Amino acid sequence: MSQPGGLRRWFRRFDQDGLRPFKPLPLQQASAMLEWMMNWCVANRAHSWLLLHAAVVEKNGRAIILPAPPGSGKSTLCTVLVCRGWRLLPDELTLVRHGDGMLAPLPRPVSLKNASIDLIQAFAPDVVFAPLAYGTAKGTVGHLRAPKDSIDRANEYAAPWAIVFPLWEAGAATVLTLLPKARTFMRVAHNAFNYMLMGERGVQTLGNLSEICDGYEFVYSQLEEALHVFDALAGEGA
Amino acid sequence: MTILLLDVLRAPTAVRGLYPGAWDLLLRQGASANLLATLALMLQDGGLFDAVPAAPRTHLECACTAGVSHARGARHEVDMIAAALQALSMPLILLKGSAYAMAGLEAGRGRLFSDIDILVPKDRLHDVEAALMLHGWASTHHDEYDQRYYREWMHELPSMTHIFRGNTIDVHHAILPETAADRPDPDKLRAAALPVPGHPGLRMLAPHDMFLHSAVHLFSGGEFDHGLRDLFDLHRLVGQFSAETGFWDGLAPFAAELQLIRPLFYALRYLKRVLGTMMPPAVLAATAGGRPNPALLRLMDGLFLRALAPPMSVTHIGSAALFALYVRGNWLRMPPLLLVRHLSHKAFLSRKSSLPADGAPANLV
Repeated sequence: MSQPGGLRRWFRRFDQDGLRPFKPLPLQQASAMLEWMMNWCVANRAHSWLLLHAAVVEKNGRAIILPAPPGSGKSTLCTVLVCRGWRLLPDELTLVRHGDGMLAPLPRPVSLKNASIDLIQAFAPDVVFAPLAYGTAKGTVGHLRAPKDSIDRANEYAAPWAIVFPLWEAGAATVLTLLPKARTFMRVAHNAFNYMLMGERGVQTLGNLSEICDGYEFVYSQLEEALHVFDALAGEGA
Repeated sequence: MTILLLDVLRAPTAVRGLYPGAWDLLLRQGASANLLATLALMLQDGGLFDAVPAAPRTHLECACTAGVSHARGARHEVDMIAAALQALSMPLILLKGSAYAMAGLEAGRGRLFSDIDILVPKDRLHDVEAALMLHGWASTHHDEYDQRYYREWMHELPSMTHIFRGNTIDVHHAILPETAADRPDPDKLRAAALPVPGHPGLRMLAPHDMFLHSAVHLFSGGEFDHGLRDLFDLHRLVGQFSAETGFWDGLAPFAAELQLIRPLFYALRYLKRVLGTMMPPAVLAATAGGRPNPALLRLMDGLFLRALAPPMSVTHIGSAALFALYVRGNWLRMPPLLLVRHLSHKAFLSRKSSLPADGAPANLV
């Protein structure tokens, strides 16, 4: 990221060796821009892995993939789990290794938006946020410091255990529904950035992942109940 | 200035023993010239991956995946176009990138292109456009001026994009605009077109036409976003065709007949200077008729040598050179009055409607 000249000196511009795919944003939004551009670089380059739009958390050696479109509460749920002792792998870009299907860690600050920021600050008052970026294309963006343990284990791949499609709905009862394999496969494919680009290898990796993992749809509104469901998936309690 | 990427494109074995900082530079230059997939597949095909350290190799493997995927996607898109035009029972003539890829030419290996170019008879334009529209392609130029610009003055229809797949097709009826002073006869180009091996119904331009089209496109056009990539196309076409009898001997006379000796002169000059392309001295001598006067040649050297470098090494002078070449490209396209009118329209009227899109990538939360 660089500082353009002239009247745009208070802006920051993303410049990849002459390629400038986005227009500059105000300096105050630099942290949000940095995150988006890092995502952009990974999504456009990291084709040695199958790339999913999903978060991954891990406990007791069981990694759970949370694929979801924006607005489903994926990042919030991921943060809640991480605040309660789950290990953070990626919060946004899941990298599935071809062959064995192992998941690459990418423990970066977790990106939260708008009401989620207040919710997390109330849920875990001791967490650390970077200065917020206001008025971005996605509203207010805050970055939460990743836990030290997750960063220390940044070279340790995790074995996939389950794929959970979360959906937060106001007032909804907590319901975890097992999905048929084929449906899991297709839903993950819809959340993959480079599935088409991979060709046959993408189908194999995704098929392998859907075989290893059970797929679930998860509707919730209560965070504590959600935590119990995930602890059960990790083999704790009942 | 020496550019590492050029050394490696000339001789891929130059990657042996590169130190890590040089790999970083090479990968960045390759990406900025849109040649990373080409470079990666060249190294892979040449059995040179073993010489690459692990970190850059990961990047190269990703680029190979992207290159192979692009070729697969292009094949599918060409199949779709062929199916859409099947009822018109005319051969589908592919131009440039898609022709290289479908014919399995070296120039197509790892080459990324954003649209598929086809050549059709002018009197079938309407049928072709209608058939494409029926199969889901729609014009992306909604501006009335743009529509007129293409339909009246240019050698192609306004670009059409498929509403579901998002891929773009450019339908040409010639290889130079209607308004250009010298233009080859499209009937002759089509008559000389050759079958694409292994793909019944597909055609590509004959070697001389293919090489000259590529040269004219680069050295008489105004866009150098992919200058080095396009020059490398010519380099690889030479590598492919120079073994064929008659390619070198016939090239200059053929270009002279089509009044394209000037772009051929530039193509051979900069192939030799930038990429060290091997060519018989007699061919260079035969293009002397296209050599501009010394002052103009010095100027053009300054412009072209800057425009043909990977974009990451472009300086302020380089940007000025690119702008000068853009104006020159338009100058060659149309007579002066029309040019003034066109550039004025682009500068003052079209600008309002083409503000850039918002910066944030929408699909990454």
